[in-house]
Amino acid sequence: MARGFRSGGAAALALVLAAPLAGADEVIDDELVINGEIPIVTQAPAPEHVEAFSVIRSGWTFRSPETQAMEMDDFDNPAILGVEAARDDFDASLGANGESCASCHESPEDLAGVRAVYPKWDDAAGEVQTIEMQVNECVTERMGAEAWPYDASRMVNMSALMSFVSRGEIVNVAIDGPAAETWQQGKDMYYTRYGQLELSCANCHEDNYDNMIRADHLSQGMVNGFPTYRLKNTKLNSVHNRFKGCIRDTMAQTFSPGSPEFVALELYVASRGNGLSVEGPAVRN
Amino acid sequence: VSGLAPLHAQEVVAPSAVSFTDMGGIETSLTGTPGDVAAGAELMNKGSGNCIACHKVTALSDLPFHGEIGPPLDGVATRWDEAQLRGIVANAKKTFPGTIMPAFYHTGPYVRPGDAFTGDAAKGDVAPLLSAQDVENVVAYLMTLDTYPE
Ligand code: HEC
Ligand code: HEC
Ligand code: HEC
Repeated sequence: MARGFRSGGAAALALVLAAPLAGADEVIDDELVINGEIPIVTQAPAPEHVEAFSVIRSGWTFRSPETQAMEMDDFDNPAILGVEAARDDFDASLGANGESCASCHESPEDLAGVRAVYPKWDDAAGEVQTIEMQVNECVTERMGAEAWPYDASRMVNMSALMSFVSRGEIVNVAIDGPAAETWQQGKDMYYTRYGQLELSCANCHEDNYDNMIRADHLSQGMVNGFPTYRLKNTKLNSVHNRFKGCIRDTMAQTFSPGSPEFVALELYVASRGNGLSVEGPAVRN
Repeated sequence: VSGLAPLHAQEVVAPSAVSFTDMGGIETSLTGTPGDVAAGAELMNKGSGNCIACHKVTALSDLPFHGEIGPPLDGVATRWDEAQLRGIVANAKKTFPGTIMPAFYHTGPYVRPGDAFTGDAAKGDVAPLLSAQDVENVVAYLMTLDTYPE
């Protein structure tokens, strides 16, 4: 008995170390390797600050095999058109100073890894910034050009390029220090039951993920795949646009893309995905 | 003057005037007019009811996409009486505190009430999701769900 216990215990421990997700009742097919060369973490142990889950999952794991397949090869991923458009923009000079993004950042690949830590506290601005806000800071303050509208395709494409060059990097958004207050604001929003239907983000994406709500298979509502190309509207969609849609569907007055409320919500939701890979631009329903 | 009103013309009970039992039921009809089963069945699928977004109902299996957020409603009339079903449809939170199920005969207060599904702010007072007669119709339909199809 004692001998059995010892070796059994060691074997069980080894199993846990090799497969940290064993024991959770969600063993799923989670193999996503983009272009046969970029492995994507689509399932990971939940970060400590997400008490409701033991395992976090990318929205990709909830999609149909056909939709999943579109993300496995860039030739099949319609979001890549937006990435290509942003590459052209990256090299184009604009604004009073005649500079392009490339004048300062050389190539988009220079900014690899940046997406994984956004939204992020910006000391100079004294606020949490999304990647779109950071891009606009460069556009206006450094290039002397007009700000790009937060949710216009030009911005969404650039955001997609920023995700593209970070694909596979592990999301690791800071929630402490000066970002803590904004994070808490986002968390409070996540659990607020908005609108006439009185539904919170958590009602759908925490309490009911993996359930069908009418024709929709609910995911955990992660943002690691953003911007996402949606088959429903056949274009790239920003995180804030998705938030807007989800709040509208509770029969509530929404917030605007780029609003301080959505920035706070994005920080909180992004932090729930700490441990997954940057997967955007992803393909979703 | 009130003595002149015909006996059958019961006042519709306003959402704010509904009286719930301790269990969350509503003993009397909200309108005095018996519910219409066919009209109730319509509301299970469409409009502000859309109950099958969350509930499976075998009797409605000709309609696509039944949700699985709430329990299947097969046999529901054997689990609850009419008063309790009326209470659950009008405001399920009285029966199941904190439930995700929306309150259908209720007018708030809400957090950031919208103008239906436009995403804009509500214009003035918000009407209940279902009218009093809608509630009676849905309850009448639920009362027909008294068996467990296999
Ligand atoms: C004149 C120089 C200049 C130009 C032009 C410029 N940037 Fe920047 N960019 C910077 C500097 C300097 C920083 C660092 C600022 C900071 O940390 O707050 C930065 C930061 C960034 C970051 C965040 C990097 C990080 O590690 O957090 C992104 C993303 C970015 N720029 C994108 C762009 C894009 C896209 C364009 C063109 C539309 C552009 N930049 C144009 C100078 C420039
Ligand atoms: C009434 C249910 C409901 C509520 C409430 C809701 N959502 Fe959603 N959400 C959905 C559905 C359905 C989808 C599409 C399927 C999926 O990915 O879950 C979705 C998708 C998403 C996605 C995209 C996930 C991906 O992988 O592409 C995000 C992010 C999201 N929701 C965030 C939120 C946030 C934040 C809130 C609260 C402000 C919220 N949702 C409230 C139903 C809801
Ligand atoms: C957003 C999801 C949702 C919608 C929409 C919804 N329900 Fe429910 N309903 C639930 C949940 C969840 C429960 C279980 C109560 C609980 O424990 O929270 C429930 C419970 C019930 C029950 C009690 C079932 C039983 O067997 O105990 C009835 C009856 C019911 N709902 C009827 C309806 C009707 C009729 C409608 C539409 C007019 C409706 N529901 C719309 C989620 C929903």
